[in-house]
Order: sequence, then structure tokens, then C-alpha cells
Amino acid sequence: MGIGLALISVLGLILFAYLGTAVIGLNALFAVVFPYAAFIIFVLGFIYRMVQWGKSPVPYRIPTTAGQHYSSLWFKQNKIDNPSTAWGVALRMFFEVFTFRSLFRNTKAEILQGRLYVGSSKWLWLGAIAFHYSFLVIFLRHMRFFTPETPWVISIVESLDSFLQVHILGSPILYITNLSILAALLYLLGRRILDPKIKYISLPSDYFPLFLILGIITTGVLMRYFFKVDVTAIKELTLGLVYFKPVVPKGIGSLFYIHLFLVSILFAYFPFSKLMHMGGVFLSPTRNLANNNRMERHVNPWEYPVKHRHYEEYEDEFREKMKKAGIPVEKE
Amino acid sequence: MYDGGKIIFGLIIFIALVTLPFTLSIGKEYIKANPKIDTPEIMKLPEAERKCVESKDFMRKEHMKMLIEWRDAVVRDGKTLYVNSQGKTFNMSLQNTCMQCHSNKSKFCDECHNYVKVKPYCWDCHIEPKENIKKEAAL
Repeated sequence: MGIGLALISVLGLILFAYLGTAVIGLNALFAVVFPYAAFIIFVLGFIYRMVQWGKSPVPYRIPTTAGQHYSSLWFKQNKIDNPSTAWGVALRMFFEVFTFRSLFRNTKAEILQGRLYVGSSKWLWLGAIAFHYSFLVIFLRHMRFFTPETPWVISIVESLDSFLQVHILGSPILYITNLSILAALLYLLGRRILDPKIKYISLPSDYFPLFLILGIITTGVLMRYFFKVDVTAIKELTLGLVYFKPVVPKGIGSLFYIHLFLVSILFAYFPFSKLMHMGGVFLSPTRNLANNNRMERHVNPWEYPVKHRHYEEYEDEFREKMKKAGIPVEKE
Repeated sequence: MYDGGKIIFGLIIFIALVTLPFTLSIGKEYIKANPKIDTPEIMKLPEAERKCVESKDFMRKEHMKMLIEWRDAVVRDGKTLYVNSQGKTFNMSLQNTCMQCHSNKSKFCDECHNYVKVKPYCWDCHIEPKENIKKEAAL
């Protein structure tokens, strides 16, 4: 059910972009209006989500850690996995963001021949890291379309990605990331479909981004290796967006507009989806708080001054009644 | 907001990064690629014969594929003749066929390649045409 809904949505978006450009000819809508709108939704939505999260109090430190905490001198502290200082937290966050350290600890339990086995399972980590870094490189490479003079960093990324110089199909060079992201995406999609346990917990919002990104990658690969497009005209379009002088050059086919539309959808959908883990990872309470519970006093932020009533006040009120009933009192 | 200072600092970095294309373009001239095909060799030809190996639209999108296939055909398979869609035969050679007419590398090839930031590896092996060498010497 979930997978069908997500697939139909993405196919519908593709059909919508195709009809909108090839049949009705509303190229300006897809070339200018949607990208701008998507960008604004992305930035504002992203800020909104982060501020909303920032407003939620985290009362105490949550030391769900995987290492020895700061203790007596003869116990060696694990300073990255169980940090007690800001620097330790910075290191832990660095490894979390750049190497997906907590995903690396992924384990899997299986019953083989009647016995339960628990072991390390790195495939998800491998698929995730291949996907994320490929996507990052592809995203950075595309900056050549959005800058008048491409920064040298971007050129270096691009030349490293194409250094194999493999002449394949219609292109003199093969981007390594084109292969790695496709492999990673198909793995990440495949595990949701083929593993019954993961399939059971998968929702349309899990499949939709996968199909959407798969659509973006497929249209991009088609344009690069199969059905060529006029890259110079496309840069005129993208630079026009950057300079706020939008132009809609002629001779750009629907394939490009489908690609651009799916990217616009990805940007606009981003703040409302699980993709917000891009910002959310920085706010993970189990990762970004130092385990200094025993060194510093942490006050629950939603604590308010509680009205106390001391026994003396109680006795003052009921003293006479207590005496009559024969209950001992402290003050006569 | 809790830890608001840190979150706002992070958000400022985020905004600075995603608006980089806009901020990088400030003060930079808005340019367009304008490749020239008015070399003496082309102008010498009568108007009707000023045609490339294939149609303009095809060349615009597929020249990189054609050139790399020519290289493989000549260098690896020893085939040197190309028959185009009109049945006309050409010698598969970047320097002797393409550059014969398009002798203005800096105004023809580089114009678009620099614009879209593509660095073809043609010139890793081929010698660049003289017009560029002269220019460099003058500089």
C-alpha cells in the first residue's frame, strides 16, 4: 500500500511536469516560479522546524552512551563516546555527522537453526554513507550551474569524481558518484521491500523520498549519458535564477524540466519530511549533550516554584481542633 | 528557545551556505556564452556549403560523444573515415577536420566550455592551435 502510493505520487509528478512543458508549454512556470517557490519554502521551513525543535526543553542530560563515563581515576574514560566536556561533545558530533558513528553500531538479531545470534550489521551503514556522500558530491558538482565563476573547490570535487576518464555510452567521462548513488539507492529501497520486518514498518513517507531521489538521479543520468541536452542553454536558465533575471531559453527538452521539477519538489518537501534529519542530527539530545550529570547541577526548565505548606502552619490552623481530639501537638 | 544562541548560530551558517550562489554572484558580470563561427576558412566557403559534419543541433548536444568515438575508432580500431547522415565522408581527425574550419579555439571551444566549466581532455594529448600560443606569448 505505502509503496504504491509513493510510486504513483512520483510518477504523477513526472507526468505533471511532462504535460506542463511538452504539451501545455508552461515552461516559465517550471523554470522560474517553481524553483523560486521551492527555495523559499525550503529555507523558511527549515528555519521554522529548527526553531520549533529549539523551543522543546530537554530537562536533563541523557547519557545513552557506548563507553565508560567519567569516574574514579582508575577507570579510563571513553572521551568520545561518553564525553564530559564540550570538546568531547564536538568530537562525538563530528563523527556522528561525518561518519554516521551510531549507525555503524547497528546490530542484527537472527534465529539460525533454532539459536539466536546477535551480530554486527554494517550494510545499512555502508548504503547510507555511500548514498549521502554521493549525493553531496553531486550537489556540489551542480554548483557549476549556479555560480558565474565556479569556485576551485567545486572543480576539484568534479575532477576527482570523473578521474577514471572512462568513455561510457554518450559521455567521454563517467562520474563515479552516478554509479555509487544508484547502487546505494537501490539497496536502501530494496531492503525496505525485501525484508518483511522493515517492509511492515515502512510508510509512504519512507518510500516517497527514495522514489523522488531515484527519479532525480535517473533523469540526470539520462541527460548525461543518453538523451543529450544543451548545457549552455541550461546554464543561461540557472544563472538567470541566481541573478534574479529569469530567462527561459529555447531548445531545452522536457527531460530537463522533469529533473528540475523533481528537485523543486524535493526542496519544498524537505522541511515537512523525515529529510529534516539534516538539521535534526545537530539537535540529537543523546549526542550533543555532555555527560556531566555528576559535576554540574541541571535544573529542569519546566520546574516552577511549588507552594509548600509546613507542618507548623498546619498545626497553627488546626491546633484547637487537634487538642480537642486528643492529638499531640508540638506547640501548646 | 533552549540553547538558542547555538541554534541561531547554526542557522546563520545554514543560510550563508544555501545562499552562496546568490552572494557569490554579487558584483560579477552576468555573462552569456557567445561562440564565434566566423573564421576565415568558414567565411571563404559559399553560404550554402557552410555545414558542419552533422547538423548544428546534433553537434551542439553530441559533439563530445562524436569526438570520443572518433578517438576510439582511429586510435584503437584504425578506422579513419566517418560517413555522416548525408552520406558524405570525412576524415576522423580533431586537428585536420574540426580545427580546419574552427581554427578559433578560444572563441569557439573555450567560449562555452569555460561558461559551463567543462574541461575536456582533448588537449592532454593534442597540441593546442597556434592562435592560443601566440596569445600566451604576447602576454
